[in-house]
Amino acid sequence: MQAIVEAINLSKRVASPEGRLDILQDVNLRIAPGATVAVVGESGSGKSTLLGLLAGLDLPSTGRVLIGGHDLGALNEDGRARVRADMVGFVFQSFQLIPSLNALENVMLPLELAGRDGAEQAARATLDRVGLGARLRHYPNQLSGGEQQRVAIARAFAPQPKVLFADEPTGNLDRRTGARISELLFALNREHATTLVLVTHDVGLAEHCERTVQLEAGRLLPEAQAEIAVVRALEGSA
Amino acid sequence: MSGPTAGTLAQALPFALRALRRDWRAGELRVLLVALVVAVASVTSVGFFTDRLHQAMNQQASELLAADLVVLSANPIQEALAREAAARGLGLARAVTFPSMVLAGDRLQLADVKAVDGGYPLRGRLRVAPAPYAPDAIAERGPAPGTAWLDPRLFGVLGVSVGDRVTVGASELEVANVLSYEPDRGGDLFSIAPRLLMNLADIPATRLIQPGSRVKYRLLVAGQPKDVAAYRAWLDPRIEGGETLQGVRDARPEMRMALDRAQRFLGLAALVSVVLAGVAVAVAARRYARRHQDPSAVMRCLGATQGFVTRLFVIQMLALGLLASLAGSLLGYGAQEGLVAALASLLPGALPAPSPLPLLSGLLTGLVTLLGFGLPPIMRLRDVPPSRVLRQDPAPLPPRGWVVYGSALAALALLVSWQAADGRLAAYALGGTLATVLILAGGALVMVRALGPLRARVGAAWRFGLASIARHASGSMIQVVAFGLGIMVLLLLTLVRGELLQNWQQRLPADAPNYFLINVQPDEVEVMKTFLTGRGLAGNPLYPMVRGRLTAVDGRTVSADDYENPRAQRLVEREFNLSWAARPQADNEIVAGRWWSAQEAGKPMLSVERGLAETLGIGLGDELSFQVAGRRVTARVTSLRTVEWDSFRPNFFVVAPPGLLNAYPATYITSFYLPPERQGLLAELVRSFPSVTVLDVDAIMRKVRGIMDQAALAVQYVFLFTLLAGLTVLLAAIQSTLDERRRESAIVRTLGGSRVQLLKGLIAEFTTLGALSGLLAALAATAVGLVLAEQVFQLAYRPSPWTWVIGALGGTLGVGLAGVLGTSRVLSHPPVESLRQG
Repeated sequence: MQAIVEAINLSKRVASPEGRLDILQDVNLRIAPGATVAVVGESGSGKSTLLGLLAGLDLPSTGRVLIGGHDLGALNEDGRARVRADMVGFVFQSFQLIPSLNALENVMLPLELAGRDGAEQAARATLDRVGLGARLRHYPNQLSGGEQQRVAIARAFAPQPKVLFADEPTGNLDRRTGARISELLFALNREHATTLVLVTHDVGLAEHCERTVQLEAGRLLPEAQAEIAVVRALEGSA
Repeated sequence: MSGPTAGTLAQALPFALRALRRDWRAGELRVLLVALVVAVASVTSVGFFTDRLHQAMNQQASELLAADLVVLSANPIQEALAREAAARGLGLARAVTFPSMVLAGDRLQLADVKAVDGGYPLRGRLRVAPAPYAPDAIAERGPAPGTAWLDPRLFGVLGVSVGDRVTVGASELEVANVLSYEPDRGGDLFSIAPRLLMNLADIPATRLIQPGSRVKYRLLVAGQPKDVAAYRAWLDPRIEGGETLQGVRDARPEMRMALDRAQRFLGLAALVSVVLAGVAVAVAARRYARRHQDPSAVMRCLGATQGFVTRLFVIQMLALGLLASLAGSLLGYGAQEGLVAALASLLPGALPAPSPLPLLSGLLTGLVTLLGFGLPPIMRLRDVPPSRVLRQDPAPLPPRGWVVYGSALAALALLVSWQAADGRLAAYALGGTLATVLILAGGALVMVRALGPLRARVGAAWRFGLASIARHASGSMIQVVAFGLGIMVLLLLTLVRGELLQNWQQRLPADAPNYFLINVQPDEVEVMKTFLTGRGLAGNPLYPMVRGRLTAVDGRTVSADDYENPRAQRLVEREFNLSWAARPQADNEIVAGRWWSAQEAGKPMLSVERGLAETLGIGLGDELSFQVAGRRVTARVTSLRTVEWDSFRPNFFVVAPPGLLNAYPATYITSFYLPPERQGLLAELVRSFPSVTVLDVDAIMRKVRGIMDQAALAVQYVFLFTLLAGLTVLLAAIQSTLDERRRESAIVRTLGGSRVQLLKGLIAEFTTLGALSGLLAALAATAVGLVLAEQVFQLAYRPSPWTWVIGALGGTLGVGLAGVLGTSRVLSHPPVESLRQG
């Protein structure tokens, strides 16, 4: 079966005052359509960098990334933006809502950017689904953290993306709110049969995923090891 | 104890300078510095430019003297005065004027003869033509010995052409040129006898100057202002009886008034730039303070006292202010040089070099603007609680409102009183500017709010732009006001001014008189009437005119010193033209008291024009005394009148009943309309009535228009800087929202937005802001135009739709372009940033 997201020999290097710094080295990853994958690892292990590369937000130093068969390295920034508009959704740790737009306008934004018809109806329906049907006209600063993240989730799912990238989606929330958000995220993911790529510290969240990959100092560990690490962490936290 | 906690100035200083260097390297100060440099640059470029314009205007004023300083006497001027001027390296010229008959064959005419040496004129240029009314050209020097240049009117009266000879006293002179312009001719329009200009070397041979002759001697001096001033100081105690001094400023009150008015205009123009520059600094300082709250909290955590934090930032601000003021002044100097170069063809000749004074004003303006507008938010940093380091997303500490506005107002008041150099004018200017800004701000706020409902009806890019305006409502309002102010002033100076003038001209009947005839002798009145009637030119009667000086009001002697108003001073210094009439003129309206009856002829009664009465503080029932031909005439004010001055019919400030003034020497005056195709009649008129003076109203109007246009142009150019200052406000506002814009742009890119979509959003935002500014400016300019038309010019003014079209279009294009260019950097902000802002 063809992968929806594929990373081939991915490396990312940056120049630092101490010389060259390898953030990612030789990462190979195939993600099947509809899969849920957790990327775990310590701070600085390269998780967010990998997410940025997989989503085409950044370019690798070497290697290739394919989303739905599109080689992102062969596209310019606007070409990659088009791929994101058509196929990709995002949920961020710090929500990243546009402060000048209200909840409805925030959710309409990706639909309109992709030139889809019926943006407003779709946005209303999705906001209803996340339980914010009564808060359409509220601005981000008028919403609680949990509500903001729900708007962000609605924004991510409204265009019905093929792949959803989530970067520590519960990182800025308290445990209880975080749990609700994670339930919502996975429920919507099931409903839309979206491929979910999740970067997280939260082993509970990783546990919900079918697959877990672990990064250590920029290298991907064999997946069995990653599973063991998650189980251990779960046992430790129990 | 050492380190930050000790907090003395000596300890804070090196720390502050290190912090300044660090902030500079980190790019933290650039925004503030640029705002301040631009602020100071715009103020100093206005300062340098107005300084040069002012000097140029001073020189133009010198043109009316043909020198910077004139010693005037009825007797030959002491030779020592000229020697001293020559020793000081000043330019020197001599002139002698006297009335004399000029002969050509059997024709003769009284002329105002002026004999000049090779140095004349020291300021301004003579212009000559090869034939009367032919195109003229500049003449570098006056007439050569043995030759004379004649006023065009003399050619008609004497029947001579260039190359003929005329007799002046005992000499014969060759007519070498037509004299079409003489810088220091000026003077009283009603005392013009045609000029004959000749060389001073020919005077002895004419034998015209004899003891008792009515001769005026002039010593003309010109040079660098400081040299002239020094010479004048030397001269003052050495002036002998009969010698008087005329400088540019004390030559004529109306000239002094024109200069004062010019200074006020330009001062006001500079003031508006200062206001906008201050706003730019305030916006930039706010951002600086916002970004320094966390470092301040950390410093407080590590043991820095509040005093230390205060000293740290005040020292940084002072150092920054000095640096920016210096850089801004230099930039301002360059900017005005470029401006002068760009406008060289429009400016009156070469402008003199600027004085160093604006440099000082730049330094002062920079520091005062920075401290007044920028210090309050920065001073708040001392109040940042150390606990801030523990909170995740604490709200920024807002500066206290009254401190912000109070301090800005104080800075503004200081700068304005300095710019205006006149307390009352400063108060008016400050009040007027603040009122205008407040009204504009109210209008801008309404407009920004009105955009809200539009958002639901537009696409994503436009909604994004409109949402950005609404989110930064106060910033948007400031930008709309800043640009609105600049555009409004330019609209007023160009479109509205032109329209008002056009409306006024349209109100004048097509056959409004375009010629005045003056100096008609009493025995010529009947012949003149016949002459004019025979040629279909009689419309207005011939009015008698008697010249008299106002000497007393209610028995109290009056002099120019009794009045502060320059117009009143001039009126008292000069002779009035008094007239008499049985009935008031058709366009006169009695507004107080009553006109005399036929039985009251010869009674001591006067009717005074209301405006004059107000200027001189004369009321109904006051007793006025005039000195007329050496005798005293006293009469009581029995009525006040209004007069329609722009009817171009002869009118008089003071009118008496018939019989009161008949015994005094009078001349007559009238006006008529002569269609352009009948100009040939003038020569016939001048030949038939050689002593009558013909005044061409069109020519006078053209001259007045020319002066007005030039003054308006100067003010417009100064206001271009206001627009530039508005631009700095926009840039400061953009800078202060740049972080947010970058973040938002990264999110939109992440969500699949293309560069073009982002660009559309920016275009939507800034063209809308620009259109709002333009519309607000058009609204304000139209309102000001209407008020001016109603209150000042008493005109029915129909505002043209062009004001709106050009205002909105200019604003949309200007602000749109500047805004998009200022923010285009965010377009290339990589989307991966949205992941790094957790």
